[in-house]
Amino acid sequence: MTSGNRPEFLLGLLEKMIEIREFEEGVKFLFLEGAMPGTIHQCQGQEATAVGVCSALAADDFITSTFRGHGHALAKGLTMQEMLDELFGAKSGCCAGKGGSMHMGNMDKGMVPGIAIVAGGIPLAAGMALSFKLENKPQIVACFFGDGAVAEGAFHEGVNMAAIWNLPVVFVCENNLYGASTRIDLVMKNTRISDRAAAYGFEGETVDGNDVLAVHEATTHAAARCRTGKGPYLLELLTYRRTGHSRRDPCHYQPKDERRDWFARDPIDRFAEQLQVDGLIDPDGVERIRAAVTERFEAAVEHARRAPQPTLDDLETDIFVTKEMA
Amino acid sequence: MKRQGIAEALRDGITEEMQRDKRVFCIGEDIGVPGGWGGAFTVTMGLDEKFPGRVLNTPIAELGFFGIAVGAAIMGSRPIADVQYGDFLFLASDQIINNAAKLRYMSGGKVSVPMVMRAPVGATGRGSQHAQNMERFFTGVPGLKVVAPSNAYDAKGMLKAAVRDDNPVLMFEHKLLYGSKGARAEPGAVDATSEIPDDDFTVPLDKAAILREGQDATVIAWLLMAHFSMQAAVQLAKEKIAAEVVDARSLSPLDWVTLVASAKKTGRVVIVEEGPKTGGVGAEIAAGLAERVPGLTIVRVASPDIPVPFTPILENAYRPDADRIADAVRRLVA
Repeated sequence: MTSGNRPEFLLGLLEKMIEIREFEEGVKFLFLEGAMPGTIHQCQGQEATAVGVCSALAADDFITSTFRGHGHALAKGLTMQEMLDELFGAKSGCCAGKGGSMHMGNMDKGMVPGIAIVAGGIPLAAGMALSFKLENKPQIVACFFGDGAVAEGAFHEGVNMAAIWNLPVVFVCENNLYGASTRIDLVMKNTRISDRAAAYGFEGETVDGNDVLAVHEATTHAAARCRTGKGPYLLELLTYRRTGHSRRDPCHYQPKDERRDWFARDPIDRFAEQLQVDGLIDPDGVERIRAAVTERFEAAVEHARRAPQPTLDDLETDIFVTKEMA
Repeated sequence: MKRQGIAEALRDGITEEMQRDKRVFCIGEDIGVPGGWGGAFTVTMGLDEKFPGRVLNTPIAELGFFGIAVGAAIMGSRPIADVQYGDFLFLASDQIINNAAKLRYMSGGKVSVPMVMRAPVGATGRGSQHAQNMERFFTGVPGLKVVAPSNAYDAKGMLKAAVRDDNPVLMFEHKLLYGSKGARAEPGAVDATSEIPDDDFTVPLDKAAILREGQDATVIAWLLMAHFSMQAAVQLAKEKIAAEVVDARSLSPLDWVTLVASAKKTGRVVIVEEGPKTGGVGAEIAAGLAERVPGLTIVRVASPDIPVPFTPILENAYRPDADRIADAVRRLVA
């Protein structure tokens, strides 16, 4: 299964997924103990979607994300430091303390600040792809959204225009079965979201979103199609959110047996086991990765706690571009 | 120099900007169909032939294509997105307000959104849903510039300035001022033509214009109401009342320097607005002037708090006219 891929690439996928998990667990603790302001929407259990997709993109490709964007950000190359600084509201955060958890992003690293209005990033992603196409640039956009976004008009409108203009967008639906607390079968008759693509005249497929290599390969295929002008692609990645919709959500709406089954398909455990079977790592090696990530996280937290906050002079800046245009 | 109406002047302005900067493109409904109309009011007529591939004719999907315009803008393109009728901006407003206007702030100054939006407004015999003045819904949105030119010179100059601005700019245009011709001509149209210079020019997006000087009262208006205010001033002059008429023109930000100077000079202000009195742009202008100029007397002339009616007798009563404006000034100076 892992053959054909370089070991360092495979180990990199594992490390990135562990980094996301440890980051999210650490951040959850910081929020619950009241160290951080605001609210959070986390992605424990969905690490393979972020890492599988972003590992198939070029550095200058772009992603759009949602209110649940910590994993996407780390996978696209944002550092734990710039994200923790942002979560602590520091001026050195990736959005200078003005974005927060729901608007993580860094344009220099190919990530638009998270669009926290459900499906709001879908037309946006199509427009970014339109710009690439108009200017004959080779880049593509991967547009992350959840199953809940499919019910929005913005999904229909953005996907349709991407289709008619053959725009280079990979629409990535992370189907974690729940929009907040509402299960998908309560809000859609056909719960196979990839079927939607055919209605717009392009291809879609459903992929095991807890299998990082399967996600990587499907995205590589979709991205290649986009880059050759064949238009958009819809990837439905089946996954599961192990934690609440937002902080302090105990997930009582997720049946116990369903949680048990999905926990048994944890993307990190599965991939670590696979790499062990292939002889690329042993259990100690996995723990060493985890320990190293945790150490980096703790150091970043200490730094973020002390990072300078914006001052009131920053309150009314960044509203408009004020420089004269060339 | 040539005499042009707003539709022609905008068409030339867009053409010149598309020639100047290849990143500029148009996106909207029915704007680029061979044998079509060039948009609802002919502004983009013929542009699709001049600029193949840069006049994008969209499905009827305002939320979608405004979002597409925002996305293209943040990647460095410079879209001009238009709706056929301003009322449709409600459909697009998530992308305008939550994305276009906020992305710069919430990114800590990293994202810029250089886009132009155009929207026709005004009560013109179309009933309630193709008629209302939308300015009020967008002037209070931080991160968005809102302009409303009343004549062809301003329309062209502001359009060009808006295209060159690195921020989202929403331009309201009045259906009765376009001077659209042929099948798209509007009954009841008002002459808003100007002498347009041959050379390149822009009009600032943050300056009001004094249309007529006077010392007895200041009349502040924009779009169609600027024309009706000028008609009222001509009438009042015959009665030896000298009204100063200010075309607010830039609705967000408001040009407080010009507005305050005129208000201080006359001490009396009439604010004229097409649209319901409650919650209008006029309310903001009144409050802002009251804060800045103690002792000022302010009166508003606006539409009643009702949807726009269809039948001409009611629609004409809805829309402030020169007589109502003149009456308000007379009462104020009496």
